[in-house]
Amino acid sequence: MKYKFLNHTADIKFQAFGKTTEQSFRNSFFAMKNLLIGRKKIKGKIKKEIKIFGMDLNNLLYNFLEEFLYLLEVEEILVEKVEKIKIDKETFKLTAVIVGDSAKNYKLAQHIKAITYSQMFVKKIKTNWVCQVVMDI
Amino acid sequence: MIKIKKISNYEWEIPKQREMKVPGKIFASENLIKEMQKDITLEQIENVAKLPGIINSSIAMPDAHQGYGFSIGGVAGFDVDKGVISPGGVGYDINCSVRLLKTNLTIKDIEKNKKQIIEKLFKNVPSGVGEKGKIKLSKEELDEVLKNGAQWAVKNKYGFEEDWKHTEENGKMENANPNDVGQRAKARGLPQLGSLGAGNHFLEIQEVSEIFDDKIAKKFGLEKNQITIMIHCGSRGLGHQVASDYIKLMEKEYGFPKYDRELINAPIKSELGKKYFSAMSCAANFAFANKQLITHWVRQTMKEIFKNFKAEVVYDVCHNIAKFEKHFVDGKEKEILVMRKGATRAFGAGRKEIPEDYRSIGQPVIIPGSMGTSSYLLIGTKEAEKISFGSTAHGAGRIESRSKALKNLNGEKIKRELNEKGIEVISGSIKNLAEEAPQVYKNVDEVIEISDKVGLTKKIAKLKPVAVMKG
Repeated sequence: MKYKFLNHTADIKFQAFGKTTEQSFRNSFFAMKNLLIGRKKIKGKIKKEIKIFGMDLNNLLYNFLEEFLYLLEVEEILVEKVEKIKIDKETFKLTAVIVGDSAKNYKLAQHIKAITYSQMFVKKIKTNWVCQVVMDI
Repeated sequence: MIKIKKISNYEWEIPKQREMKVPGKIFASENLIKEMQKDITLEQIENVAKLPGIINSSIAMPDAHQGYGFSIGGVAGFDVDKGVISPGGVGYDINCSVRLLKTNLTIKDIEKNKKQIIEKLFKNVPSGVGEKGKIKLSKEELDEVLKNGAQWAVKNKYGFEEDWKHTEENGKMENANPNDVGQRAKARGLPQLGSLGAGNHFLEIQEVSEIFDDKIAKKFGLEKNQITIMIHCGSRGLGHQVASDYIKLMEKEYGFPKYDRELINAPIKSELGKKYFSAMSCAANFAFANKQLITHWVRQTMKEIFKNFKAEVVYDVCHNIAKFEKHFVDGKEKEILVMRKGATRAFGAGRKEIPEDYRSIGQPVIIPGSMGTSSYLLIGTKEAEKISFGSTAHGAGRIESRSKALKNLNGEKIKRELNEKGIEVISGSIKNLAEEAPQVYKNVDEVIEISDKVGLTKKIAKLKPVAVMKG
């Protein structure tokens, strides 16, 4: 399982899983993409490198997911997938290549206002990395 | 589970314990308390009570439910010298707020063509997921919006002076410095000014279905069967990004509370605390301007249908905001910082913050119902000033998650059910209709009843939905 949605009274809460931190971050992105556009496929016309900085893993995940809101609302890019994701757990720096298309070509399913720290965690549970996120919609 | 003590039929207490600096105070019925115990609402009320400089109690309104940082429906006052300011006490949708317009139409005028009217409004007022506003602004103009709010819009011919005079803060928070708003926030805000947004935001045509106080209703210019229009929206991406940016700046400078990172804060008088307040004020002004633009397009659209159409602002209230206000603390009047997250200011008569023509009756309080249920116009009271820093509820308050709503409810069916009740509904998203169905909210009548019985507000008029436009 890549991710699952959990019950939350007003907003959206999910957990994403992975064998590595990178995988759990990427699956967090997939959960967010599922919210934004459902299961529709986005064309891979735009490729772009992103660099995200954080002060710890939670903050890095927050900033990473927030980047997709910025890409969508300002640069009008809807992202299909995240490639070559690398996380340095000492300096909390993330690099990746995003692949997507102009948002103008798609109808969005859900508006996301913001990522929040509410109930957020990034941790290794047994052999799996788990990210938990609540998003303000 | 968090222990609570019953104080009276409508008041509960979370006794002060462990790190709490003050007790928690909840205005709710037995039934509503049970709803709050189902999620982490009470825990969030307790966490707010741990913040430095909090005065009196961490308060929750009858519509309280789980939020992030503060619960939704959470109110707290802070000592200006010892206290803190937290973006988690305002929320991401800064100045998410409600404006009520009264019109010169009655239900008879619109009964037959309400479908056509709401479709036209839907066409002319941008709404929905990813929708942009229809005005183009330069960066310099955006700065003017952030400084002057609704007054900017009126100056640019989007309305009348009377509009902002009937808006909280005169539609303009003072001391809003656009330099305190980051580039990312401005970039998100620029294309979105003049759009309703999605989610719980709406534009609704209503009928005054009941008057509870003839004299005061008359003062507001309202009578039975009159048509009113309600606009609910906020500061869009600009406000969301201001919150995010300052959460991160504050944690870099001050670290974050272990009990909830979302309650990150800065001393009120610190450089960062002051900057956040200024940036928040800018976002609040963006929301005031936003509603002013929408008001203008509503007037324009309605005039195409009714040549002599007139709409005046009854009042416009903030739901997510922090403000410096004077309150009595230990018998002495002093200035404190009040944060209202999903709560409405409800001042009694005489306060200088109330527009002059309403000052002798009290501040108008607008509480929208859920989609398809009635909204209320009330007035604030002196009692509210005594027990809740002059605050009350802001809406029905959710009880069920969106995911559950989507699983159990069908947007098309919800629409049909509303149509059968005589309510027209239009939305860019059928999914959103299921997520916002009346079934997933508390009963707004019960929330209002408690506010009334506790003495926070006094009912003036009930507004029944006729046609709803959802984002």
